[in-house]
Amino acid sequence: MARTLATVSAHPAVSRRPFLQTARIDRWWSKPLAVFLGLSAFIVYSTWAALQNAHFEFGGYLSPMYSPLIFGDSHHAVLGSLPGWWPGWLPFYPAFLILWAPGGFRFTCYYYRGAYYKSHWASPASCGVGKAQKRYRGEHSFPLIFQNVHRWFLYFALAFLVILSIDVYRGMWFGPSHDEFGIGVGTLVLAVNVVLLSGYTFGCHSLRHLIGGKFNVLSKRPGRLKAWQGVTWCNTRHQLFAWLSLFWVGFTDFYVRMCAMEVWTDLRII
Amino acid sequence: MAAYETHEYDVLVIGAGGAGLRAAIEASATGVRVGLVCKSLLGKAHTVMAEGGMAAALANVDERDGWQVHFADTMRGGQYLNQWRMAEIHAKEAPARVNELEAWGALFDRTQDGRILQRNFGGHAYPRLAHVGDRTGLEMIRTLQDHGIHQGMTVHMEITVTTLLKDGERVAGAFGYDRERGRFRVFKAPAVIVATGGLGKAYKITSNSWECTGDGISLAYHAGAQLKDMEFVQFHPTGMVWPPSVSGILVTEGVRGEGGVLTNSEGRRFMFDNIPELYKELVADDAEEGWRYVVGDREARRPPELLTRDHVARMILAEVKAGRGSPHGGAFLDISWIKDRVPGGAEHIKRKLPSMYHQFKQLADLDITEEPMEVGPTTHYAMGGVKVESDSQMTNVPGLYAVGECATGLHGANRLGGNSLSDLVVFGKRAGEHAAEHAREVGPAVVREDDVEAAAAEALLPFDREDAREGPFQLQQALQQLMQDNVGIIRDEADLDRGLEALAELGRRAGAVKVHGNREWNSGWHTALDLVPLLTVSEAIALAAKERQESRGAHTRDDYQGKDPEWGKVNLVVEKAADGSMQVRREPIEPVPERLAKIIEEQG
Amino acid sequence: MPNATFRIWRGDSEGGEFKDYRTEYSEGMVVLDVVHKIQAEQANDLAVRWNCKAGKCGSCSAEVNGQPQLMCMTRMNTLPVERPVTVEPMQAFPVERDLVTDVSVNYEIKKRIKPFTPRPPDREDGTWTMHQSDVERSQEFRKCIECFLCQDVCHVDRDHHYHLDGKFIGPRFFVHAAYLDMHPADEADRLEELKDRDGIGYCNITKCCTVVCPEHITITDNAIIPLKERVADRYYDPLTRVLRVIGVGR
Repeated sequence: MARTLATVSAHPAVSRRPFLQTARIDRWWSKPLAVFLGLSAFIVYSTWAALQNAHFEFGGYLSPMYSPLIFGDSHHAVLGSLPGWWPGWLPFYPAFLILWAPGGFRFTCYYYRGAYYKSHWASPASCGVGKAQKRYRGEHSFPLIFQNVHRWFLYFALAFLVILSIDVYRGMWFGPSHDEFGIGVGTLVLAVNVVLLSGYTFGCHSLRHLIGGKFNVLSKRPGRLKAWQGVTWCNTRHQLFAWLSLFWVGFTDFYVRMCAMEVWTDLRII
Repeated sequence: MAAYETHEYDVLVIGAGGAGLRAAIEASATGVRVGLVCKSLLGKAHTVMAEGGMAAALANVDERDGWQVHFADTMRGGQYLNQWRMAEIHAKEAPARVNELEAWGALFDRTQDGRILQRNFGGHAYPRLAHVGDRTGLEMIRTLQDHGIHQGMTVHMEITVTTLLKDGERVAGAFGYDRERGRFRVFKAPAVIVATGGLGKAYKITSNSWECTGDGISLAYHAGAQLKDMEFVQFHPTGMVWPPSVSGILVTEGVRGEGGVLTNSEGRRFMFDNIPELYKELVADDAEEGWRYVVGDREARRPPELLTRDHVARMILAEVKAGRGSPHGGAFLDISWIKDRVPGGAEHIKRKLPSMYHQFKQLADLDITEEPMEVGPTTHYAMGGVKVESDSQMTNVPGLYAVGECATGLHGANRLGGNSLSDLVVFGKRAGEHAAEHAREVGPAVVREDDVEAAAAEALLPFDREDAREGPFQLQQALQQLMQDNVGIIRDEADLDRGLEALAELGRRAGAVKVHGNREWNSGWHTALDLVPLLTVSEAIALAAKERQESRGAHTRDDYQGKDPEWGKVNLVVEKAADGSMQVRREPIEPVPERLAKIIEEQG
Repeated sequence: MPNATFRIWRGDSEGGEFKDYRTEYSEGMVVLDVVHKIQAEQANDLAVRWNCKAGKCGSCSAEVNGQPQLMCMTRMNTLPVERPVTVEPMQAFPVERDLVTDVSVNYEIKKRIKPFTPRPPDREDGTWTMHQSDVERSQEFRKCIECFLCQDVCHVDRDHHYHLDGKFIGPRFFVHAAYLDMHPADEADRLEELKDRDGIGYCNITKCCTVVCPEHITITDNAIIPLKERVADRYYDPLTRVLRVIGVGR
């Protein structure tokens, strides 16, 4: 049994369970499996959507996976059409110009790290379940020490909240020249996306630190104390917002795409 | 020849709860070599169980408080059987000891202006208990532990001392075994401090942990020290009564301090029915005034639930006896009703009483913010113990000190809640200081080989015996049952006689108990050895309880109801006679000096 | 009374095996009660460490059905008794005997961490003005009862034994370091040790420690990650570094 299976330990009286071995009798594998499927599905969909290079806008709506659109033949494009100096041999996928930022934010996010280390790396697959890795470096040294760049991605993520909020505003203007005010289902979809992303971004552990956590005495900084308490509120729901916002980003793209492909019609509310 | 390991120190401290740790820190600070022996792992001692707080007249919440008031409260609570000098020292020095804990990293709850917050507790005139939620004991022991490990003392974990060694009249060290391997250890030291805590495990229903078998009291007694006030065992009025396997676990007085009320099966708040003369002027007229007191109205008087523990325990028992108890033989303690009176409702309760909330949720499947708890008296604290000199904590055996619950003198006939934690650090410091000084003065003591051999042989006896009918666990249970039945909260002569007889009989059976297996981590063996102190302290309690023919403080005699002024003039001292038998005698109480008597009078 | 089979690991540092004990139990019993019943009736020499039996001292840590738990707080009615209940010692520490492990490494680790180092008191009585909102963060960490279940479940300890190798202090001591580092009166600097000697980078945030904590301390989110961020501030963030050098920011 457990203790007679001692394997590589330098400490003879301490055992180590082989890969995926555990005395747990609950369904410990169900959560990491769900995370594996959820994250993998999103990665596959977002990569596919980015490679499409089409159907990412519909009237005033712009898919968040393509926002901000830096170059393009669209009124959404920030810098207009693809410039002449863009090398011809380099395929142009506008989504990839920007997706690194939200992608990096999520990849280095403390919640996602803990989640995918389990689901995709099995390090460990679940609590109290044996590991395959004999050597372990964690985030102590190269390469995973680079997870510490998280706070830089946070700055970008905050900027994206502004950009996506502008997209919601632009999603309120309809008609051929976008001067007719209105609200469609798509506008709401874009708005919900910003709300959920805000819930996720404002719950960021790095933000919690920067906004107040780094100080031991906050009572003398009432503004920071309030802000820290607000971020803490989101932070305790970080996992929830992480999943809701992830799903909704995908859904928003899908919604715009379906409108653009004329699979369904966007309903005007106002 | 028994094999053993020897350690030599200037000061040996037995017990690593609040008192032992504080003593070891103080002794280390003087530069002597200090050994600290604990029966469990470091930081697990029974001090962690203390919930409500630590009494000290800091006057942070109510500036009318001061050492004089604290002194008078302690004396009144102890029904004037206390050593007045200890009560005086305690009241004067407790604030400095609380502040010192803060300087070592403790984080007490705060007042609005950022000072240490204090709460109300039974028997204290003003909010006086420095606290951290309902886990003050944990905060104290962790602070002392984390500070202590950097002071140069040597800590020996999971070692039980079975005998004190002597060099003529003076103490010379201690003999014990380690739990891991069952190896013997000899500690040589010219000064030994026993700080082993209580004796609650002599009773079936108790809030005490397995360690609390009265070790220090028994060790000192067998080494020739006198015991005092052994008849006074405090039964905490509110222990859990259901489910059976957790009965006795403490429900902190803090519940009542936060507004919890006691009711019987008819929903009546019975504590208003009978208020003792001594406290008539101090108790609220009605529920409304009681609530105003709880929320800090300084004009209001305390609710009757915050009367002394002995009184509350007797009141609950009376309700149960009259057939108005809760389904499992206790009373109802309800804190959920305050939801409508405070902002935050249920959250407020959870924040103020987090461990109570979890304790009931997890162990009894009950949400205290929704339903009343069922509570009943549980053995909680021994006011009696080793008799010590007030200033130094030295016993009548030169070089032997006792401090904390295993010592006696501060609390008299009844201890006020919150006075124990401050007792530990106030007198822990003094014991450490005086023991170190003593060790330097007298120099090394000699441990005789014969004594070690004898101690080793005695410890191994249970292995060598013929197979017995009873195991050590059965005997321990029998002892606990008999103490519960015959030497419990309400006593009378016939019961006590039966108890003493049964104890003698149990002593004979314990002399025949056999243990199996080897010496490594053998709980059967440990339990067999723990029977010795348990039997010793049980006999002392029963003997003293029989002798004191009156009801006073925690000692209630059915056949001698009410206080007798004559008995108010004496303490009972228990000691070992030349023939080895246990003797009890009366000793006049040293009168309170004029200056302090005046204070008592002024404070009402 | 209902019956249950307890499959208890019996042995010592040399090895051992599971033994089955069939016993009755009553309503409201916890696992520790049943273990004690077996000890009293069937196996007097069964080694089990315990103290308060009220979830306050953190002595009776073990693994019940593979879950690190306090035996005194695990009620029988939370376990499926139609199958044997396995009880085994904590896996991350050397076994002494039966359910008892040698947890002394934890005491050595704590001794290495810089103790509380206060700034001078700001009040005449030698105390500090500290506000409730400021002490609350550290107070959460002071709830720790040192049961070492978090150390047991953490894979860095459990599977790689870095705590025994002195490379990683483990969740318990990140909580301890966080208490000290966030204490409003403390002024010692522990970041360099946390980064290098204490191995905070080995934590990969799987949050198992938080899950098993019987005191419900949010170990990962409130202690470890904030410490990681403080380390990042100092060592991995050029911007805050520049700000610090020119005298802006902490």
